[in-house]
Amino acid sequence: MDFTSVTFTGISRNFGRRRALASVSFAVEAGQLAALLGANGSGKSTLLSIAATLLAPTSGDVRYGTHTAQTGGATLRQRIGLLGHDLYLYSELTAEENLRFFAGLYGLDHVDRRVANALRAAALDDRAHDPVSSFSRGMRQRLALERALLHEPRLLLLDEPFTGLDDPSSVALRGRLTRVREAGTIVIVTTHELEAIDTIVDAAYVLSRGRCEPLAGGTGSLRDRYRRQVQA
Amino acid sequence: MTFLGTAALVARKDLLVESRSREVVYTSLLFAISCMLVFAFGLVKEGRVVTDAAAAILWITIAFAGTLALGRIFDRERQNETLRALLLAPASRAAIYVGKLVGVLALLLLVEAIVVPLVMLMFDAALLAHPGFMLSILIAGSVGYAAVGTLFAAMLAQSRSRGALLPVLLYPMTVPVIIGGVRGTAALLQPEADLVIARAWLTMLVAFDAVFITLCLWTFEPAMTE
Repeated sequence: MDFTSVTFTGISRNFGRRRALASVSFAVEAGQLAALLGANGSGKSTLLSIAATLLAPTSGDVRYGTHTAQTGGATLRQRIGLLGHDLYLYSELTAEENLRFFAGLYGLDHVDRRVANALRAAALDDRAHDPVSSFSRGMRQRLALERALLHEPRLLLLDEPFTGLDDPSSVALRGRLTRVREAGTIVIVTTHELEAIDTIVDAAYVLSRGRCEPLAGGTGSLRDRYRRQVQA
Repeated sequence: MTFLGTAALVARKDLLVESRSREVVYTSLLFAISCMLVFAFGLVKEGRVVTDAAAAILWITIAFAGTLALGRIFDRERQNETLRALLLAPASRAAIYVGKLVGVLALLLLVEAIVVPLVMLMFDAALLAHPGFMLSILIAGSVGYAAVGTLFAAMLAQSRSRGALLPVLLYPMTVPVIIGGVRGTAALLQPEADLVIARAWLTMLVAFDAVFITLCLWTFEPAMTE
């Protein structure tokens, strides 16, 4: 199963009486990187959870090509990669053990080659047998990204991937995302580090009080445009 | 990957993580031993044990230590949100449940391997007079307890009040298992072991296991979809 676009149509999500998302609609095509911008608590992570099929919307639907979370099921999940703010790694296991575990869970073939490539891409070849608990935030972040990319997903969802990274790690992550996008992956990223994605973002959406609007064009950096729109 | 392959992978991962930290085994064991010491001071008078106390103490200790282990195992999955990563994988969620269940059960049986000799020693209980029966009752009771506990602990993993809610939900649901375990064990501890009664309780425990596991496999996926 494959798809070349993800379309959000009228997505709303309530938590009890609180409305986290209100009729969110937009689409992202293969080879595009879309950014979800907004203040803390604006609904960005909720929207990512819905896109990852981990959370059902109260109303509206997400279409992955012609499929939905209900019709796609496990086959659809095979095509989705998610990197959360909490990285989804077992700190007691080594880098290699983490990758091998998830490779097994996704039923991947050529596990040795995939794991070796992932360790190389994360620049962790020499730390493959060290427990993740001994890694710095940047190293964990790189490993977590490769974990999310291990099964070559069509849709990659990243929640605040630049948080806590130093400059070299941030540059490396930006380079990796550029290559992933160029390979035809649909990338949706939430971030407050607007400078980090300014040069690679294809479309940006601003979430405010659960509502979503495209970021208006115009002059200036991504942050300038975001500030103008938020203050308007 | 096959259903059993996924379950084995998840169980192996849990046991590997525990073998590195040994946190669940050590805390559960320490708790179980403390629990038994308290009971020993209260229920052994002048070297004599209250009738059937050993059976009740054994199963209460297993239930309490099991709750502690269940909570900690799923806390671990919550800390780095790895439970979300498990649920996002294309693997069968029922297989993930079975893998977690096997991991919990292995740790529970490990704790029991230490607790049973201690109960024998402290309460002068001939638990291994009929080792086949005793082992079967222990395994059947532990399977039922772990089956329900794994489901509830997974459901509550994201809840802020999971520490309070887990025992509140788990103990009433597993009362039949605990009663079956206590009565079956007590039947074996009679001056002349009542094997007919022990067999009846063992059969009932196996029936509970079948019902609980079927229900848990059926409800795990919808329960884990928020």
